[in-house]
Amino acid sequence: MPRSKNLIPGAVLTAFFTALALISFVYTPHDHTTVDIVNRFRKPLGGDFLLGTDHFGRDILSMIMVGARISIAVAVVAVGVGMVAGVPIGLAAAANKGGILDELIMRVNDLVFAFPSLVIAILITAVFGPGAFNAIIAIGIFNIPVFARLTRGAALSLWQRDYILAARVAGKGPVRISAEHILPNIANLLIVQGTTQFSLGIIAEAGLSYVGLGTQPPAPSWGRMLADSQTMILFAPHMALFPGLAIVFTVLGLNLMGDALRDILDPRIRRDAR
Amino acid sequence: MTLLRIKNLSCRIGQVPILHDVGLSLEAGRIAGIIGESGCGKSMTAHAITRLLPPGSQANGTLLLDKTDILTASEAEMCALRGKTVSMIFQEPMTALNPVKTIGDQVAEAIMIHKDIPRSEAMAQTRATLDRVDIPADRFPLTRYPHEISGGQRQRVCIAMAIALRPKLLIADEPTTALDVTTQAGILNLLARLVREDGMGLLMISHDLAIMHGMADHIHIIQKGRVVENGPTRHLFRHMKHPCSRALLAAGTHRPDRKVKVCETPLLTVENVTRTYTLPRTGFRVKPGLFRAVDGVSFSIRKGESLGIVGESGCGKSTLARAILGLENTQAGEIRLGKEAVFTGKRPNRAVRRKMQVVFQDPYGSFNPRHKVARLVSEPFHLLDTHPADASDQVARALAAVGLTPEDADKYPHEFSGGQRQRIAIARALIIRPQLIILDEAVSALDISVRARILELLAHLSETHGLTYLFISHDLSVVRSITDRVLVMQLGKIVEEGPTEQIFDAPQHPYTRSLIAAAPQLPGNAT
Amino acid sequence: MPANVPVMLRYALLRLQSLVLSLFAASVVIFLTVEVVPGDPAVFMLGINAQEDTLAALRAELGLDQPPWQRYFSWAGGLLTGDLGTSYTYRTPVAEMVADRLRISLPLATYALVLGTLIAFPAGILAATRRGSAADTSVMGLTQCGIAIPNFWFAMLIILVFSINLRWFPAGGFPGWEDPFTAIKALTLPAIALALPQASILARVMRSALLDTLGEDYIRTARAKGLTRRQVLWRHALRNALIPVLTIIGLQFTFLIAGGIIIEQVFFLPGLGRLIFQAISQRDMIVVESVVMLLVFAVIVVNFAVDLAYAWIDPRLRTAR
Repeated sequence: MPRSKNLIPGAVLTAFFTALALISFVYTPHDHTTVDIVNRFRKPLGGDFLLGTDHFGRDILSMIMVGARISIAVAVVAVGVGMVAGVPIGLAAAANKGGILDELIMRVNDLVFAFPSLVIAILITAVFGPGAFNAIIAIGIFNIPVFARLTRGAALSLWQRDYILAARVAGKGPVRISAEHILPNIANLLIVQGTTQFSLGIIAEAGLSYVGLGTQPPAPSWGRMLADSQTMILFAPHMALFPGLAIVFTVLGLNLMGDALRDILDPRIRRDAR
Repeated sequence: MTLLRIKNLSCRIGQVPILHDVGLSLEAGRIAGIIGESGCGKSMTAHAITRLLPPGSQANGTLLLDKTDILTASEAEMCALRGKTVSMIFQEPMTALNPVKTIGDQVAEAIMIHKDIPRSEAMAQTRATLDRVDIPADRFPLTRYPHEISGGQRQRVCIAMAIALRPKLLIADEPTTALDVTTQAGILNLLARLVREDGMGLLMISHDLAIMHGMADHIHIIQKGRVVENGPTRHLFRHMKHPCSRALLAAGTHRPDRKVKVCETPLLTVENVTRTYTLPRTGFRVKPGLFRAVDGVSFSIRKGESLGIVGESGCGKSTLARAILGLENTQAGEIRLGKEAVFTGKRPNRAVRRKMQVVFQDPYGSFNPRHKVARLVSEPFHLLDTHPADASDQVARALAAVGLTPEDADKYPHEFSGGQRQRIAIARALIIRPQLIILDEAVSALDISVRARILELLAHLSETHGLTYLFISHDLSVVRSITDRVLVMQLGKIVEEGPTEQIFDAPQHPYTRSLIAAAPQLPGNAT
Repeated sequence: MPANVPVMLRYALLRLQSLVLSLFAASVVIFLTVEVVPGDPAVFMLGINAQEDTLAALRAELGLDQPPWQRYFSWAGGLLTGDLGTSYTYRTPVAEMVADRLRISLPLATYALVLGTLIAFPAGILAATRRGSAADTSVMGLTQCGIAIPNFWFAMLIILVFSINLRWFPAGGFPGWEDPFTAIKALTLPAIALALPQASILARVMRSALLDTLGEDYIRTARAKGLTRRQVLWRHALRNALIPVLTIIGLQFTFLIAGGIIIEQVFFLPGLGRLIFQAISQRDMIVVESVVMLLVFAVIVVNFAVDLAYAWIDPRLRTAR
């Protein structure tokens, strides 16, 4: 199996932030919602507060840990929505190549593509009000055409293979062929794209929360912590530093892992290496 | 004087040695041939001469081209040499041209890169060169793009690019392998004519002995990176010494021994079958056109017979095969196996499908890479109403029948060579004991020696399993060696039909005649 | 080449057909979401405690007593003639407000796109032509980080460095276009923040597209003609590599629009982004509806332009669909 130098740092970073999110369920250094005006604007490494406190005296480390939970949950569910809806759509379109269903699916896909996730979030917020659920729906809807297109493209090239013809000669129908022959052979591609979309989801969630369309108070979120810190960046730069670094390292870890998985799983590169 | 002299040439990529002590020389106005099976290092030799070797490779020895020492020349000297003194053409004309530039621009570039002349003059020279390679101005203006012309025409454009500056040496690396037989004959004639007219040297590289026999003055046979035998063509074919080259020649002229027991009852009947496709819309509000891929075809195969269908690419033979297998809807006509129709209503008939199986061309694309051989071979069991209880025994027997071992059932397809994979494909076709096997270019992608063994296996299986074959191929020599009767297809229609020997010895239809005349012949094959 | 003009025209017409369809479908979706899903828009806009006569007045003003399909056609008809309705809160025509804000948002997006392309192309070409070298490794490492940094956080960091500490650029706000120099200066940091992730992605796409292209058969053909590596790159590889790169540029415009809305918040720029957030908080659905339609219109038109650019680069697309 080819090795990739990106695998270890990527896996370590991803594991670290996942662990942080999981630990936050059972333990955080302080309660992340407790307002403690006496201890506000504490600098990092100052006594009780490893990463310092914010303008309400809340512990930043605790908020980052709980925020990791929310960021990761939103991104995972959003990518899940995209995959669960997008992959079957793509498979159906490929199996029906050139047919009315294929044409319809691709047209609807193109239409959804014209709505950036932020625009979807704006529409939902305008009508239903803000909330973390908006972020999930907005990012999820945006992911559907991404996976549908990827699946369709990859499946189309597989449908040209002789082993699909052989399966058809054996009397297998399109649903069975898609499940038995197509899906397992594009699974790698979906995993790699899934990692990328996951990291994009983290950034998108942070962006939506930053402008107030995502996670709402009192739930902490990396994006909202950054929004809070902006006016105080001069005298409390640590408030902006740590949530930002958390986003950067989570996304970096996921991207490195995606690259490593691509190197390991992509059959084209594997063939070159042989 | 000697144009090209290669002595003790050794090449390797990284640490892997590819060529050992290769020697070769070529005079101006002569044609030298390099023959070998895939992976023997013949293309590497060609690339070493232009020093366009893959990254990480290293060449040692002597390589003199027209007094220039290639292996020590600077990159700038090589750039000045390439295209002017030595030119190359490659196997795949479909991808050898830049898709976003016109053919005129691409040929003119070959001229302007070496000659400081105004563009208009280069374009005039381009036109003249294209005329020389029979790409006439009225049908092919310089503004044509590569995707607008056929494969054979693209190869002619590539040749024009290569000979525009009248180089002293032309290297042709499998120049006709991707082309149909009549197109191939045209390209070979063109190359021979250019050698004669320009007095240039031609180094031909091919896996095909028959082509070389007709073209080359002097032949080098390469095996595993070594020249195992070389000599003037006539002499070489008469007195082959090295066992490898003799085996190569024997495989090329091989005909499996078949004992035919043909019953009179027809097994498969095809009546007046037509398959049309809707062409993509060519423009805004234009009614889409229709393309008749198979046009009113009728024939029948008797039980135990081996029927060949020959024709060039796009003649409809593969579409016909798919229609017979029930994979394509037909617009008219009927296909029956025994007394039952392949299609009942709009759906394929399972009872009929059980009685036929297929083997495809590509030994690499024929198997799901994630399934083990046992699962691959047993896939046709899906056609039965119940999965057989002794499935693994049946798989073992099928594998044994094609010369593999029962242990191979536990391996993945990538663990096998191309020839072995084709055996697995045959095992898959045998597993439900079909009466008819359709072989769609089943041996076309194989090296000549492997091909001979697979044909031998097919002949043997038809006896032991009582099989009927429908053998579809563009390769006349293969069809001749294994069929009893032949149909010739052109543009979706059957133009000639008859017993194999009769068709080959006394073709009646002009198209059949041109096909047979165009096919290169080996000395042993010519009556 | 005059011979190609009708072919190009035919292709453009075909694409235009699908452009119109997409715009129609998008307008229906937006209309349904904003005006039909919430139930009674008047109640929604004024709140549930509103007086019945105020509600009636608003309904009459917005024509809400008409059936939805009639409202859709009068709204869509207005869009076609450039009439985006009247803002309920500001009592000014939405078209005027939007035009005003576009004078910031549009130059910002263009500035960022140009900046991103200017950084990405050389970096991608350098990395591809010197594959495996130190230059390649550093381009790949830097772009990896560039993708991971959220643009609004990067914006905060460069404000801290270049505005607060070095005082080279203003930290936010927009002085207007009276003095183009100060205007551009005010847009520079936002454009840099917006361009960073785009440039990183584009550079990586450029690199891999070029590497793919350099492995093609026609590159070998060109080398066999006697072209040097550099000539092959400029004359043959780049134009073919542009095909996947263009796809990404088209997609990125979508992200530039979304990113622009966020970045305008960071720098307090009175662009479309701020307009839409104000409208949301004031429940001014007329403005929300029209600005969203405008954003989607921009995405669809840019993708149409990318489709045309494809056909200009790749002659195969002009004949096939």
